[in-house]
Amino acid sequence: MSVETKKLKFKVFRFNKDTDYLPYYDTIEMEVTKDELVLDVMNRIKWEHDGSFSYRRSCRHGICGSCAIKVNQKPTLACKDNVFELVEIFGEELVLEPQDIKRAYKDMVIDKSNFWEKYDKVQPYLIADIEEFPTEENIVSKEDAEKIDEADYCIACGSCFYACPAVEVNNEYIGPMALTKAWRFNADVRDNAVDDRLNTLQQLGSGIWDCVKCNECAEACPKELDPIGKITKLHLQTFEKEKSLNNVAVRHAVGFKWSIKKHGILDEGELVRYSEGNFGVMKHIPEAIPMLMHGKLVFPWNMPKSKNLDEIKKLVDIASTVKY
Amino acid sequence: MEKLKYALYTGCTARESTPELLKSTLAIADKLGIELVLLDEASCCGASHLQDFDDMLSLTLNARNLCYAEKLGLTMVTICNTCQLNTALTKDRLDSDPELKAKVNEKLAEVGLEYKGTSEVKHFLYALQDDYGYDKIAQAVTNPIADINVASFYGCHNIRPSHLQNKSNGGENAYKPVSLDNLVVALGGNAVEYESKNKCCGFHVELQNPQTANRLSGTAMLDAIDNNADMMVTPCPLCHLRMDVQQHGISKEVGRPVDIAVLHLPQMVGIALGIDPKELGLHHNINQKGLNLK
Repeated sequence: MSVETKKLKFKVFRFNKDTDYLPYYDTIEMEVTKDELVLDVMNRIKWEHDGSFSYRRSCRHGICGSCAIKVNQKPTLACKDNVFELVEIFGEELVLEPQDIKRAYKDMVIDKSNFWEKYDKVQPYLIADIEEFPTEENIVSKEDAEKIDEADYCIACGSCFYACPAVEVNNEYIGPMALTKAWRFNADVRDNAVDDRLNTLQQLGSGIWDCVKCNECAEACPKELDPIGKITKLHLQTFEKEKSLNNVAVRHAVGFKWSIKKHGILDEGELVRYSEGNFGVMKHIPEAIPMLMHGKLVFPWNMPKSKNLDEIKKLVDIASTVKY
Repeated sequence: MEKLKYALYTGCTARESTPELLKSTLAIADKLGIELVLLDEASCCGASHLQDFDDMLSLTLNARNLCYAEKLGLTMVTICNTCQLNTALTKDRLDSDPELKAKVNEKLAEVGLEYKGTSEVKHFLYALQDDYGYDKIAQAVTNPIADINVASFYGCHNIRPSHLQNKSNGGENAYKPVSLDNLVVALGGNAVEYESKNKCCGFHVELQNPQTANRLSGTAMLDAIDNNADMMVTPCPLCHLRMDVQQHGISKEVGRPVDIAVLHLPQMVGIALGIDPKELGLHHNINQKGLNLK
């Protein structure tokens, strides 16, 4: 018979920006039943243990995105995640923390202004010339609607944004949620601002080229929207609409095709030169010297090639769909 | 048990900037009695960057690599997390979308190949864990890495996205991975508990944003060091290139010396199996602290 209840220990992040200098953790033991969600636990902490405990909540149906927190560092939409399932991963001590402890106002409530400011930067709305008194509907075909790839299901909970390590260390990077929104409108056949958004997103430091490809956003999204997949689509759209700039990140992506056609496998050294340029490549000398001394550099004359290279060359020619 | 046999997709770095990875992989496979057939025909997987430029080309090239494993009738093993991700993603998309598969096969037919979807792809780490078994590896240990604190660094592309990776990584949880830590213990070492073990090293923005890359690697490495790690181990050569080769830049960025040896997974196994350090290519590692090579 399955276990119906468990006695669990919750370590709960507590902080009041107005009165506390440092945050602290309350330890609360509770009997939890198998159907209880993290939101039920937070409600019980407030109702049964400490009425001053603060957290955001609203719809209780996974739609409003208010109650997103972290449990043992795992982004969690509190009204969706079952407590027993978390116990299965982390054991019987669960740590409840806000999405970003550095931005805490009070307990689980954080200042999300950085999230919304970045969201604003991608013009996250439909920009279209629509007649004031239309005489017929603006019908979007099923095929065209599918291109949005469910990006319109984003509930703006911030789970992906506060899980993104690039956001964590790079204040400029606009992050996976804003990029998912950008795709939602850039894939919309009615929208007229596609080029505008793509131009904004080409800037190094803030745009699509600063995604570190860790897939934390895909793992975190409670609606399983695969934000990194949308970032990839924005990359592909950049080339399709010929909006790419001539910078190190773009040359790096394009350089793979060039190098694969030449050797099958990648010529790592040449790729760096191709991406950085003959002058820019010089800045890599400090790490190239120890690499050379430890037998980690392959010179062009020793560059290994894939077997059946002719096959690869032919495929690069016939399967390429993008011109640069 | 029947002798395990795999098609080895080496990826590019193992043939260039991390020769020690290929050497140590072949050395431990030989010692453990695992047969690896090298896929010399394979091309680069695109490393998640070609995928940003030309989707159809990257699918076709990855499908071609899989064709050669299929021809041998073998499971493909990878020794690079990013090769694993891109190959598994290609396989997943083609196996679930007959129309897309037909389009790719149209291209492959022109060079006399056909992608069928008959070969699985898994990282060597999970071949050791799920097919070979850590019990058997523990029995083969002659030189336990006793009293050494090893911090496992998993690398993103073996554990995320889990809905894809769980098909080949034994259901590893992306928020609490255990496979590498359990291997450290099987080899006689102490597995270091630290928060950053499943975090990103920043490799993929190293050229356009070295500051991001150095901050990410630095945070993880200092976390390992502050939790008393004597060395780190990773199944991914891209993480290795970041964390072994770039320690100078990382230290400068984080304002603290980051000075720790980072082993490739098969190097660590090889040490415990008593394989000669030269065969494991330990002399190729830039930071050799605690490796006692002299």
